Amino acid sequence: MNSNSSQTAIHVAGLRKSFGDKVVLDGIGFDVPRGTIFSLLGPNGAGKTITVQILSTLIGSDGGELWVAGRDLAVDPDGVRAAIGVTGQYSAVDNLLTGEENLRLMGDLYHLDKRRVRPRVAELLDQFDLMEAARKPAATYSGGMRRRLDLAMTLIGDPEIIFLDEPTTGLDPRSRRAMWEIIRRLVADGVTIFLTTQYLEEADQLADRIALLDHGRFVAEGTADELKRLVPGGHVRLKFADAHGLQAAARVLGGVPQAEDELTLQVPSDGDVKSLRLLLGALDAESVEVVDLSIHKPDLDDVFLSLTGRPKEDVR
Amino acid sequence: MSTMKYAVRDTSTMLRRSLKHMLRYPSMTLVLIGMPVVFLLLFVYVFGATLGDGLAGGGGRESYVNYMTPGVFLFSVVGTATATAVLVATDVTQGIIARLRTMAIFRPAILTAHVVGAVIQTMLGVAVVLGVALLVGFRPNAGPVEWLAVIGVLTLFVLAITWLAVGLGLKADSPETASNTPMPLMLLPFLGSGFVPTDSMPSWLGWFAEYQPFTPVIETVRGLLLGTPIGNNAAIAVAWCTGITVLCFLWSRSQFNREPTR
Repeated sequence: MNSNSSQTAIHVAGLRKSFGDKVVLDGIGFDVPRGTIFSLLGPNGAGKTITVQILSTLIGSDGGELWVAGRDLAVDPDGVRAAIGVTGQYSAVDNLLTGEENLRLMGDLYHLDKRRVRPRVAELLDQFDLMEAARKPAATYSGGMRRRLDLAMTLIGDPEIIFLDEPTTGLDPRSRRAMWEIIRRLVADGVTIFLTTQYLEEADQLADRIALLDHGRFVAEGTADELKRLVPGGHVRLKFADAHGLQAAARVLGGVPQAEDELTLQVPSDGDVKSLRLLLGALDAESVEVVDLSIHKPDLDDVFLSLTGRPKEDVR
Repeated sequence: MSTMKYAVRDTSTMLRRSLKHMLRYPSMTLVLIGMPVVFLLLFVYVFGATLGDGLAGGGGRESYVNYMTPGVFLFSVVGTATATAVLVATDVTQGIIARLRTMAIFRPAILTAHVVGAVIQTMLGVAVVLGVALLVGFRPNAGPVEWLAVIGVLTLFVLAITWLAVGLGLKADSPETASNTPMPLMLLPFLGSGFVPTDSMPSWLGWFAEYQPFTPVIETVRGLLLGTPIGNNAAIAVAWCTGITVLCFLWSRSQFNREPTR
Protein backbone atom coordinates (compact mmCIF):
# COMPACT_ATOMS: atom_id res chain seq x y z
CA MET A 1 0.00 0.00 0.00
CA ASN A 2 0.96 3.57 -0.62
CA SER A 3 1.29 4.70 2.95
CA ASN A 4 3.97 2.17 3.53
CA SER A 5 6.15 3.34 0.72
CA SER A 6 9.45 4.90 1.62
CA GLN A 7 8.39 8.14 -0.03
CA THR A 8 5.62 8.95 2.42
CA ALA A 9 6.54 10.32 5.83
CA ILE A 10 3.02 10.75 7.13
CA HIS A 11 -0.17 9.15 5.82
CA VAL A 12 -3.49 10.10 7.38
CA ALA A 13 -6.92 9.01 6.23
CA GLY A 14 -10.27 9.62 7.90
CA LEU A 15 -8.82 10.92 11.17
CA ARG A 16 -11.56 11.59 13.71
CA LYS A 17 -11.45 12.79 17.30
CA SER A 18 -14.14 13.94 19.69
CA PHE A 19 -14.13 15.04 23.29
CA GLY A 20 -17.51 14.01 24.62
CA ASP A 21 -19.99 15.13 21.98
CA LYS A 22 -17.71 17.91 20.75
CA VAL A 23 -16.21 16.86 17.42
CA VAL A 24 -12.68 18.22 17.18
CA LEU A 25 -11.44 16.45 14.05
CA ASP A 26 -14.01 15.36 11.53
CA GLY A 27 -12.36 12.94 9.13
CA ILE A 28 -9.27 14.68 7.83
CA GLY A 29 -6.78 13.01 5.50
CA PHE A 30 -3.49 13.92 3.83
CA ASP A 31 -0.09 12.60 2.81
CA VAL A 32 3.24 14.22 3.52
CA PRO A 33 6.10 13.15 1.23
CA ARG A 34 9.50 12.77 2.85
CA GLY A 35 11.71 15.84 2.98
CA THR A 36 8.86 18.32 2.56
CA ILE A 37 7.06 20.80 4.78
CA PHE A 38 3.36 20.29 5.31
CA SER A 39 1.54 23.10 7.04
CA LEU A 40 -1.70 22.93 8.91
CA LEU A 41 -3.13 26.40 8.93
CA GLY A 42 -6.06 27.55 10.97
CA PRO A 43 -7.32 29.79 13.71
CA ASN A 44 -7.16 28.95 17.41
CA GLY A 45 -9.37 26.01 18.24
CA ALA A 46 -9.43 24.67 14.67
CA GLY A 47 -7.87 21.37 15.83
CA LYS A 48 -4.22 21.93 14.90
CA THR A 49 -2.70 21.04 18.25
CA ILE A 50 -4.94 18.01 18.64
CA THR A 51 -3.74 16.73 15.26
CA VAL A 52 -0.13 17.08 16.39
CA GLN A 53 -0.92 15.41 19.72
CA ILE A 54 -2.49 12.45 17.95
CA LEU A 55 0.25 12.05 15.33
CA SER A 56 2.96 12.34 17.99
CA THR A 57 1.35 9.50 20.02
CA LEU A 58 0.36 11.75 22.90
CA ILE A 59 -3.34 11.02 22.62
CA GLY A 60 -5.38 8.43 20.81
CA SER A 61 -7.70 9.00 17.87
CA ASP A 62 -11.29 7.87 17.55
CA GLY A 63 -10.71 6.47 14.09
CA GLY A 64 -8.68 6.72 10.96
CA GLU A 65 -5.69 5.22 9.28
CA LEU A 66 -2.49 6.75 10.67
CA TRP A 67 1.01 5.96 9.47
CA VAL A 68 4.03 7.92 10.62
CA ALA A 69 7.56 7.11 9.44
CA GLY A 70 6.33 3.90 7.88
CA ARG A 71 4.82 2.64 11.11
CA ASP A 72 1.21 2.17 12.04
CA LEU A 73 0.46 4.42 15.01
CA ALA A 74 -2.02 1.96 16.45
CA VAL A 75 0.41 -0.95 16.28
CA ASP A 76 3.85 0.49 16.93
CA PRO A 77 3.67 3.77 18.86
CA ASP A 78 7.18 3.25 20.27
CA GLY A 79 8.53 2.86 16.73
CA VAL A 80 6.87 6.13 15.81
CA ARG A 81 8.26 7.83 18.92
CA ALA A 82 11.77 6.74 18.00
CA ALA A 83 11.43 8.43 14.59
CA ILE A 84 9.82 11.74 15.51
CA GLY A 85 10.57 14.92 17.39
CA VAL A 86 7.99 17.31 18.79
CA THR A 87 8.41 20.97 19.59
CA GLY A 88 5.23 22.36 20.99
CA GLN A 89 3.63 25.73 21.27
CA TYR A 90 4.88 26.25 24.80
CA SER A 91 8.54 25.49 25.07
CA ALA A 92 8.86 22.39 27.19
CA VAL A 93 12.29 23.08 28.59
CA ASP A 94 13.39 22.44 32.15
CA ASN A 95 13.69 25.89 33.69
CA LEU A 96 15.90 24.78 36.56
CA LEU A 97 18.50 23.24 34.28
CA THR A 98 20.91 25.16 32.08
CA GLY A 99 20.62 25.07 28.30
CA GLU A 100 23.50 22.65 28.14
CA GLU A 101 22.00 20.37 30.79
CA ASN A 102 18.64 20.39 29.00
CA LEU A 103 20.34 19.23 25.82
CA ARG A 104 22.36 16.59 27.62
CA LEU A 105 19.20 15.32 29.33
CA MET A 106 17.55 14.87 25.93
CA GLY A 107 20.68 13.30 24.44
CA ASP A 108 20.61 10.71 27.22
CA LEU A 109 16.87 10.12 26.85
CA TYR A 110 17.25 9.67 23.08
CA HIS A 111 19.79 6.99 24.05
CA LEU A 112 22.70 8.49 22.17
CA ASP A 113 26.01 6.78 22.66
CA LYS A 114 27.40 8.32 25.87
CA ARG A 115 30.51 9.58 24.09
CA ARG A 116 28.44 11.24 21.40
CA VAL A 117 26.29 13.31 23.76
CA ARG A 118 28.87 15.93 24.69
CA PRO A 119 30.14 16.80 21.19
CA ARG A 120 26.59 16.80 19.80
CA VAL A 121 25.45 19.16 22.57
CA ALA A 122 28.32 21.54 21.80
CA GLU A 123 27.50 21.39 18.10
CA LEU A 124 23.83 22.25 18.66
CA LEU A 125 24.60 25.06 21.13
CA ASP A 126 26.82 26.56 18.49
CA GLN A 127 24.39 26.01 15.63
CA PHE A 128 21.51 27.57 17.57
CA ASP A 129 23.51 30.49 18.83
CA LEU A 130 23.19 29.44 22.47
CA MET A 131 26.87 29.04 23.31
CA GLU A 132 27.01 32.14 25.49
CA ALA A 133 23.96 31.20 27.51
CA ALA A 134 24.83 27.50 27.70
CA ARG A 135 25.61 27.57 31.41
CA LYS A 136 22.68 29.75 32.44
CA PRO A 137 19.38 28.31 33.70
CA ALA A 138 16.74 28.15 30.95
CA ALA A 139 14.46 30.26 33.17
CA THR A 140 16.60 33.28 32.27
CA TYR A 141 16.24 32.78 28.48
CA SER A 142 14.26 35.09 26.18
CA GLY A 143 11.31 33.74 24.20
CA GLY A 144 13.39 33.28 21.05
CA MET A 145 16.18 31.53 22.93
CA ARG A 146 13.72 29.15 24.58
CA ARG A 147 12.24 28.17 21.21
CA ARG A 148 15.71 27.59 19.80
CA LEU A 149 16.69 25.51 22.81
CA ASP A 150 13.43 23.59 22.55
CA LEU A 151 14.06 22.80 18.89
CA ALA A 152 17.69 21.90 19.56
CA MET A 153 16.45 19.47 22.25
CA THR A 154 14.29 17.83 19.61
CA LEU A 155 17.10 17.70 17.04
CA ILE A 156 19.59 15.99 19.30
CA GLY A 157 17.63 12.80 18.64
CA ASP A 158 18.08 13.18 14.86
CA PRO A 159 14.38 12.66 14.14
CA GLU A 160 13.19 11.85 10.60
CA ILE A 161 10.00 13.79 11.13
CA ILE A 162 9.58 16.91 13.24
CA PHE A 163 6.26 18.25 14.45
CA LEU A 164 6.39 21.97 15.01
CA ASP A 165 3.29 23.24 16.76
CA GLU A 166 3.13 26.98 16.22
CA PRO A 167 6.90 27.38 16.49
CA THR A 168 6.89 31.14 16.07
CA THR A 169 3.75 32.18 17.96
CA GLY A 170 4.67 35.07 20.22
CA LEU A 171 8.12 35.62 18.73
CA ASP A 172 9.33 39.00 17.48
CA PRO A 173 9.83 39.32 13.69
CA ARG A 174 13.58 38.85 13.88
CA SER A 175 13.38 35.66 15.94
CA ARG A 176 10.63 34.45 13.64
CA ARG A 177 12.80 34.85 10.58
CA ALA A 178 15.68 33.13 12.36
CA MET A 179 13.35 30.21 13.11
CA TRP A 180 12.25 30.06 9.46
CA GLU A 181 15.88 29.88 8.39
CA ILE A 182 16.47 26.98 10.77
CA ILE A 183 13.40 25.16 9.46
CA ARG A 184 14.55 25.60 5.84
CA ARG A 185 17.96 24.21 6.70
CA LEU A 186 16.39 21.17 8.34
CA VAL A 187 14.37 20.37 5.26
CA ALA A 188 17.45 20.83 3.10
CA ASP A 189 19.02 18.10 5.24
CA GLY A 190 16.16 15.76 4.40
CA VAL A 191 13.96 16.13 7.48
CA THR A 192 10.20 16.11 7.05
CA ILE A 193 8.36 18.93 8.83
CA PHE A 194 4.77 18.98 9.98
CA LEU A 195 4.10 22.60 10.83
CA THR A 196 1.05 24.17 12.38
CA THR A 197 0.63 27.89 12.31
CA GLN A 198 -1.94 30.63 12.53
CA TYR A 199 0.26 32.87 10.41
CA LEU A 200 -0.66 32.80 6.75
CA GLU A 201 2.65 34.33 5.81
CA GLU A 202 4.51 31.57 7.61
CA ALA A 203 2.74 28.82 5.71
CA ASP A 204 3.21 30.76 2.48
CA GLN A 205 6.94 31.18 3.15
CA LEU A 206 7.74 27.66 4.26
CA ALA A 207 5.25 25.03 3.25
CA ASP A 208 5.28 22.81 0.20
CA ARG A 209 1.67 21.97 0.85
CA ILE A 210 -0.88 23.68 3.02
CA ALA A 211 -4.14 22.45 4.48
CA LEU A 212 -6.64 24.94 5.80
CA LEU A 213 -8.25 23.54 8.91
CA ASP A 214 -11.47 24.97 10.21
CA HIS A 215 -13.70 23.40 12.85
CA GLY A 216 -11.96 20.07 12.45
CA ARG A 217 -12.31 19.85 8.67
CA PHE A 218 -10.09 20.69 5.76
CA VAL A 219 -11.65 23.54 3.83
CA ALA A 220 -8.85 23.38 1.25
CA GLU A 221 -5.55 21.66 0.59
CA GLY A 222 -2.79 22.31 -1.93
CA THR A 223 0.27 24.41 -2.61
CA ALA A 224 0.11 28.06 -1.64
CA ASP A 225 -0.39 29.00 -5.29
CA GLU A 226 -3.11 26.44 -5.82
CA LEU A 227 -4.95 27.74 -2.82
CA LYS A 228 -4.66 31.32 -3.96
CA ARG A 229 -6.16 30.37 -7.30
CA LEU A 230 -9.22 29.03 -5.50
CA VAL A 231 -10.50 32.48 -4.84
CA PRO A 232 -11.53 35.03 -7.40
CA GLY A 233 -9.96 38.47 -7.28
CA GLY A 234 -6.65 37.91 -9.01
CA HIS A 235 -5.94 40.69 -11.44
CA VAL A 236 -3.28 42.48 -13.44
CA ARG A 237 -2.88 46.22 -13.16
CA LEU A 238 -1.54 48.01 -16.23
CA LYS A 239 -0.31 51.57 -16.38
CA PHE A 240 -0.17 53.52 -19.62
CA ALA A 241 1.77 56.57 -20.81
CA ASP A 242 -1.30 58.48 -21.96
CA ALA A 243 -5.10 58.39 -22.22
CA HIS A 244 -4.92 57.16 -25.80
CA GLY A 245 -3.08 54.03 -24.71
CA LEU A 246 -5.55 53.46 -21.91
CA GLN A 247 -8.54 53.71 -24.18
CA ALA A 248 -6.98 51.41 -26.76
CA ALA A 249 -6.19 48.85 -24.08
CA ALA A 250 -9.66 49.08 -22.57
CA ARG A 251 -11.12 48.43 -25.98
CA VAL A 252 -8.91 45.37 -26.53
CA LEU A 253 -9.04 43.88 -23.06
CA GLY A 254 -12.35 45.08 -21.72
CA GLY A 255 -10.96 46.00 -18.31
CA VAL A 256 -12.13 48.71 -15.94
CA PRO A 257 -10.17 51.95 -15.73
CA GLN A 258 -9.29 52.83 -12.14
CA ALA A 259 -11.25 55.81 -10.91
CA GLU A 260 -8.46 57.38 -8.89
CA ASP A 261 -5.89 57.09 -11.62
CA GLU A 262 -7.06 57.69 -15.16
CA LEU A 263 -4.07 55.95 -16.70
CA THR A 264 -4.41 52.61 -14.95
CA LEU A 265 -6.43 49.63 -16.09
CA GLN A 266 -7.36 46.61 -13.94
CA VAL A 267 -7.85 43.34 -15.82
CA PRO A 268 -9.02 40.11 -14.19
CA SER A 269 -6.38 37.40 -14.52
CA ASP A 270 -5.03 34.46 -12.57
CA GLY A 271 -1.60 35.97 -13.14
CA ASP A 272 0.19 32.98 -14.62
CA VAL A 273 2.77 33.34 -17.37
CA LYS A 274 0.61 31.98 -20.14
CA SER A 275 -2.27 34.41 -19.63
CA LEU A 276 0.16 37.32 -19.20
CA ARG A 277 1.79 36.48 -22.52
CA LEU A 278 -1.59 36.44 -24.25
CA LEU A 279 -2.53 39.72 -22.63
CA LEU A 280 0.67 41.51 -23.58
CA GLY A 281 0.52 39.95 -27.05
CA ALA A 282 -2.92 41.48 -27.58
CA LEU A 283 -1.64 44.91 -26.52
CA ASP A 284 1.44 44.56 -28.75
CA ALA A 285 -0.75 43.80 -31.72
CA GLU A 286 -2.48 47.17 -31.14
CA SER A 287 0.90 48.87 -30.50
CA VAL A 288 -0.18 50.00 -27.04
CA GLU A 289 2.75 50.89 -24.78
CA VAL A 290 2.59 49.62 -21.20
CA VAL A 291 4.56 51.73 -18.71
CA ASP A 292 4.08 49.54 -15.67
CA LEU A 293 2.54 46.19 -14.88
CA SER A 294 1.78 44.58 -11.54
CA ILE A 295 0.22 41.22 -10.73
CA HIS A 296 -2.08 40.87 -7.77
CA LYS A 297 -2.61 37.33 -6.71
CA PRO A 298 -5.01 36.83 -3.83
CA ASP A 299 -3.07 36.06 -0.68
CA LEU A 300 -3.91 33.35 1.80
CA ASP A 301 -5.84 35.92 3.82
CA ASP A 302 -8.28 36.16 0.95
CA VAL A 303 -8.39 32.40 0.66
CA PHE A 304 -9.19 31.90 4.28
CA LEU A 305 -11.80 34.60 4.30
CA SER A 306 -13.53 33.33 1.22
CA LEU A 307 -13.45 29.68 2.28
CA THR A 308 -14.50 30.05 5.89
CA GLY A 309 -16.64 33.15 5.56
CA ARG A 310 -14.97 34.67 8.59
CA PRO A 311 -12.91 37.83 8.79
CA LYS A 312 -9.20 37.29 8.76
CA GLU A 313 -8.71 39.02 12.13
CA ASP A 314 -9.76 35.68 13.43
CA VAL A 315 -6.77 34.15 11.76
CA ARG A 316 -4.22 36.93 12.10
CA MET B 1 8.48 -3.65 24.91
CA SER B 2 11.59 -2.38 23.21
CA THR B 3 12.03 0.44 25.70
CA MET B 4 12.49 -2.05 28.52
CA LYS B 5 16.21 -2.29 27.93
CA TYR B 6 16.48 1.40 28.65
CA ALA B 7 14.80 1.11 32.05
CA VAL B 8 18.00 1.51 34.03
CA ARG B 9 19.57 4.19 31.87
CA ASP B 10 16.41 6.29 31.66
CA THR B 11 15.68 6.03 35.37
CA SER B 12 19.20 7.08 36.28
CA THR B 13 19.07 9.94 33.75
CA MET B 14 15.83 11.21 35.26
CA LEU B 15 17.13 10.70 38.80
CA ARG B 16 20.20 12.79 38.00
CA ARG B 17 17.81 15.47 36.86
CA SER B 18 15.87 15.30 40.15
CA LEU B 19 19.04 15.58 42.20
CA LYS B 20 20.17 18.54 40.10
CA HIS B 21 16.85 20.23 40.83
CA MET B 22 17.64 19.91 44.52
CA LEU B 23 20.92 21.73 44.04
CA ARG B 24 19.42 24.30 41.65
CA TYR B 25 16.66 25.17 44.04
CA PRO B 26 18.70 25.61 47.21
CA SER B 27 16.15 27.94 48.80
CA MET B 28 13.53 25.20 48.65
CA THR B 29 15.98 22.55 49.85
CA LEU B 30 17.11 24.73 52.74
CA VAL B 31 13.56 25.52 53.79
CA LEU B 32 12.65 21.85 53.69
CA ILE B 33 15.58 20.90 55.88
CA GLY B 34 15.48 24.07 57.97
CA MET B 35 11.79 24.08 58.90
CA PRO B 36 11.82 20.85 60.89
CA VAL B 37 15.02 22.00 62.64
CA VAL B 38 13.34 25.26 63.61
CA PHE B 39 10.35 23.31 64.93
CA LEU B 40 12.65 21.03 66.85
CA LEU B 41 14.46 23.94 68.51
CA LEU B 42 11.21 25.82 69.13
CA PHE B 43 9.58 22.88 70.84
CA VAL B 44 12.65 21.91 72.82
CA TYR B 45 13.63 25.33 74.10
CA VAL B 46 10.31 27.17 74.23
CA PHE B 47 7.68 24.54 75.06
CA GLY B 48 9.96 21.69 76.06
CA ALA B 49 10.22 22.18 79.81
CA THR B 50 6.48 22.51 80.30
CA LEU B 51 5.45 19.81 77.87
CA GLY B 52 8.10 17.44 79.20
CA ASP B 53 6.69 17.80 82.74
CA GLY B 54 3.30 16.78 81.39
CA LEU B 55 4.57 13.47 80.00
CA ALA B 56 3.74 10.31 81.92
CA GLY B 57 7.12 10.08 83.58
CA GLY B 58 7.70 13.86 83.81
CA GLY B 59 11.32 14.83 83.25
CA GLY B 60 11.11 18.30 81.71
CA ARG B 61 13.07 19.37 78.64
CA GLU B 62 15.40 16.33 78.55
CA SER B 63 12.63 13.81 78.26
CA TYR B 64 10.68 16.01 75.86
CA VAL B 65 13.56 16.03 73.32
CA ASN B 66 13.40 12.27 73.29
CA TYR B 67 9.63 12.23 73.03
CA MET B 68 9.23 14.65 70.14
CA THR B 69 12.18 13.83 67.84
CA PRO B 70 10.41 10.95 66.01
CA GLY B 71 7.49 13.29 65.28
CA VAL B 72 9.86 15.84 63.77
CA PHE B 73 11.20 13.14 61.43
CA LEU B 74 7.71 12.75 60.00
CA PHE B 75 7.29 16.50 59.79
CA SER B 76 10.44 16.49 57.68
CA VAL B 77 9.01 13.81 55.39
CA VAL B 78 5.84 15.80 54.78
CA GLY B 79 7.82 18.95 53.95
CA THR B 80 9.79 17.21 51.21
CA ALA B 81 6.60 15.63 49.90
CA THR B 82 5.18 19.11 49.36
CA ALA B 83 8.22 19.96 47.26
CA THR B 84 7.76 16.77 45.26
CA ALA B 85 4.14 17.65 44.53
CA VAL B 86 5.29 21.06 43.28
CA LEU B 87 8.02 19.58 41.07
CA VAL B 88 5.63 17.06 39.53
CA ALA B 89 3.00 19.74 38.90
CA THR B 90 5.68 21.93 37.31
CA ASP B 91 6.63 19.10 34.97
CA VAL B 92 3.00 18.77 33.95
CA THR B 93 2.28 22.47 33.43
CA GLN B 94 5.56 23.14 31.62
CA GLY B 95 4.85 20.34 29.18
CA ILE B 96 7.88 18.30 30.22
CA ILE B 97 5.77 15.21 30.84
CA ALA B 98 4.01 15.61 27.49
CA ARG B 99 7.36 15.97 25.76
CA LEU B 100 8.73 12.84 27.44
CA ARG B 101 5.59 10.93 26.49
CA THR B 102 6.35 11.52 22.80
CA MET B 103 9.79 9.97 23.22
CA ALA B 104 10.67 6.30 23.14
CA ILE B 105 11.78 6.12 26.76
CA PHE B 106 11.02 3.82 29.65
CA ARG B 107 7.93 5.64 30.91
CA PRO B 108 7.90 4.55 34.55
CA ALA B 109 11.30 6.27 34.83
CA ILE B 110 9.60 9.66 34.87
CA LEU B 111 7.66 9.25 38.11
CA THR B 112 10.03 6.74 39.66
CA ALA B 113 12.87 9.25 39.44
CA HIS B 114 10.76 11.82 41.29
CA VAL B 115 10.05 9.29 44.03
CA VAL B 116 13.62 8.04 44.39
CA GLY B 117 14.90 11.63 44.39
CA ALA B 118 12.40 12.50 47.11
CA VAL B 119 13.44 9.50 49.22
CA ILE B 120 17.09 10.59 49.02
CA GLN B 121 16.26 14.19 49.84
CA THR B 122 14.01 13.17 52.74
CA MET B 123 16.62 10.91 54.24
CA LEU B 124 19.16 13.74 54.06
CA GLY B 125 16.65 16.00 55.81
CA VAL B 126 15.95 13.41 58.49
CA ALA B 127 19.69 12.96 59.02
CA VAL B 128 20.09 16.71 59.61
CA VAL B 129 17.16 16.70 62.06
CA LEU B 130 18.72 13.72 63.84
CA GLY B 131 22.08 15.50 64.03
CA VAL B 132 20.57 18.63 65.56
CA ALA B 133 18.41 16.54 67.90
CA LEU B 134 21.51 14.72 69.18
CA LEU B 135 23.15 18.09 69.77
CA VAL B 136 20.24 19.37 71.86
CA GLY B 137 19.97 16.28 74.02
CA PHE B 138 18.24 13.48 72.08
CA ARG B 139 19.52 10.24 73.60
CA PRO B 140 18.30 7.14 71.74
CA ASN B 141 19.30 3.77 73.16
CA ALA B 142 18.82 1.80 69.94
CA GLY B 143 21.28 -0.80 68.68
CA PRO B 144 22.24 -1.33 64.99
CA VAL B 145 19.27 -3.62 64.34
CA GLU B 146 16.83 -1.06 65.71
CA TRP B 147 18.46 1.68 63.63
CA LEU B 148 18.09 -0.42 60.50
CA ALA B 149 14.47 -1.04 61.39
CA VAL B 150 13.96 2.72 61.85
CA ILE B 151 15.42 3.35 58.40
CA GLY B 152 13.13 0.66 57.01
CA VAL B 153 9.97 2.04 58.61
CA LEU B 154 10.80 5.62 57.62
CA THR B 155 11.53 4.53 54.02
CA LEU B 156 8.15 2.81 53.82
CA PHE B 157 6.54 5.95 55.20
CA VAL B 158 8.44 8.19 52.77
CA LEU B 159 7.33 6.01 49.84
CA ALA B 160 3.70 6.24 50.94
CA ILE B 161 3.71 10.01 51.44
CA THR B 162 5.77 10.63 48.28
CA TRP B 163 3.46 8.61 46.03
CA LEU B 164 0.58 10.54 47.57
CA ALA B 165 2.46 13.75 46.74
CA VAL B 166 3.10 12.58 43.16
CA GLY B 167 -0.61 11.89 42.75
CA LEU B 168 -1.50 15.32 44.15
CA GLY B 169 1.09 16.93 41.88
CA LEU B 170 -0.36 15.24 38.79
CA LYS B 171 -3.86 16.20 39.87
CA ALA B 172 -3.01 19.85 40.53
CA ASP B 173 -3.70 22.34 37.75
CA SER B 174 -0.75 24.50 38.76
CA PRO B 175 2.38 24.34 40.93
CA GLU B 176 0.66 26.77 43.33
CA THR B 177 -2.23 24.35 43.88
CA ALA B 178 0.28 21.56 44.31
CA SER B 179 2.01 23.44 47.09
CA ASN B 180 -1.29 23.85 48.95
CA THR B 181 -2.98 20.47 48.68
CA PRO B 182 -0.43 18.55 50.80
CA MET B 183 -0.74 21.25 53.51
CA PRO B 184 -3.13 19.26 55.76
CA LEU B 185 -0.45 16.57 56.02
CA MET B 186 1.66 19.10 57.93
CA LEU B 187 -0.91 18.97 60.73
CA LEU B 188 -0.94 15.21 61.09
CA PRO B 189 2.20 14.93 63.27
CA PHE B 190 0.45 17.37 65.65
CA LEU B 191 -2.92 15.63 65.43
CA GLY B 192 -1.21 12.39 66.38
CA SER B 193 1.25 11.29 68.99
CA GLY B 194 4.10 13.38 67.57
CA PHE B 195 4.22 16.17 70.11
CA VAL B 196 1.92 15.15 72.94
CA PRO B 197 0.40 11.78 73.94
CA THR B 198 -2.98 11.18 72.31
CA ASP B 199 -4.66 10.47 75.66
CA SER B 200 -4.06 14.09 76.70
CA MET B 201 -6.43 15.27 73.94
CA PRO B 202 -10.23 15.60 74.14
CA SER B 203 -11.71 12.17 73.46
CA TRP B 204 -12.99 12.91 69.89
CA LEU B 205 -9.61 14.30 68.84
CA GLY B 206 -7.75 11.61 70.73
CA TRP B 207 -9.74 9.01 68.81
CA PHE B 208 -8.69 10.53 65.48
CA ALA B 209 -5.10 10.91 66.69
CA GLU B 210 -4.97 7.32 67.81
CA TYR B 211 -6.18 5.85 64.52
CA GLN B 212 -4.65 8.09 61.88
CA PRO B 213 -1.66 6.59 60.02
CA PHE B 214 1.05 8.90 61.38
CA THR B 215 0.59 7.75 64.98
CA PRO B 216 1.57 4.08 64.56
CA VAL B 217 4.60 5.17 62.51
CA ILE B 218 5.65 7.62 65.23
CA GLU B 219 5.05 5.04 67.96
CA THR B 220 7.09 2.44 66.08
CA VAL B 221 10.04 4.77 65.48
CA ARG B 222 9.87 5.98 69.08
CA GLY B 223 9.77 2.43 70.39
CA LEU B 224 12.74 1.36 68.24
CA LEU B 225 14.85 4.36 69.24
CA LEU B 226 13.92 4.72 72.89
CA GLY B 227 12.62 1.34 73.96
CA THR B 228 9.02 2.40 74.63
CA PRO B 229 6.43 -0.33 74.02
CA ILE B 230 5.58 -0.80 70.33
CA GLY B 231 2.82 -3.37 70.60
CA ASN B 232 1.01 -3.89 67.31
CA ASN B 233 1.93 -0.41 66.08
CA ALA B 234 4.68 -1.78 63.83
CA ALA B 235 2.26 -4.04 61.98
CA ILE B 236 -0.33 -1.26 61.70
CA ALA B 237 2.34 1.17 60.45
CA VAL B 238 3.54 -1.25 57.78
CA ALA B 239 -0.05 -1.94 56.72
CA TRP B 240 -0.88 1.76 56.45
CA CYS B 241 2.30 2.58 54.53
CA THR B 242 1.89 -0.35 52.12
CA GLY B 243 -1.78 0.42 51.56
CA ILE B 244 -1.20 4.13 50.92
CA THR B 245 1.75 3.36 48.64
CA VAL B 246 -0.19 0.89 46.52
CA LEU B 247 -3.29 3.08 46.23
CA CYS B 248 -1.39 6.26 45.47
CA PHE B 249 0.90 4.48 43.04
CA LEU B 250 -2.11 3.17 41.12
CA TRP B 251 -3.78 6.58 41.29
CA SER B 252 -0.65 8.32 40.01
CA ARG B 253 -0.13 5.78 37.26
CA SER B 254 -3.67 6.10 35.97
CA GLN B 255 -3.38 9.88 35.99
CA PHE B 256 -0.06 9.69 34.19
CA ASN B 257 -1.41 7.40 31.49
CA ARG B 258 -4.59 9.39 31.05
CA GLU B 259 -4.68 11.52 27.92
CA PRO B 260 -4.21 15.21 28.47
CA THR B 261 -7.56 16.86 27.76
CA ARG B 262 -6.22 20.38 27.32
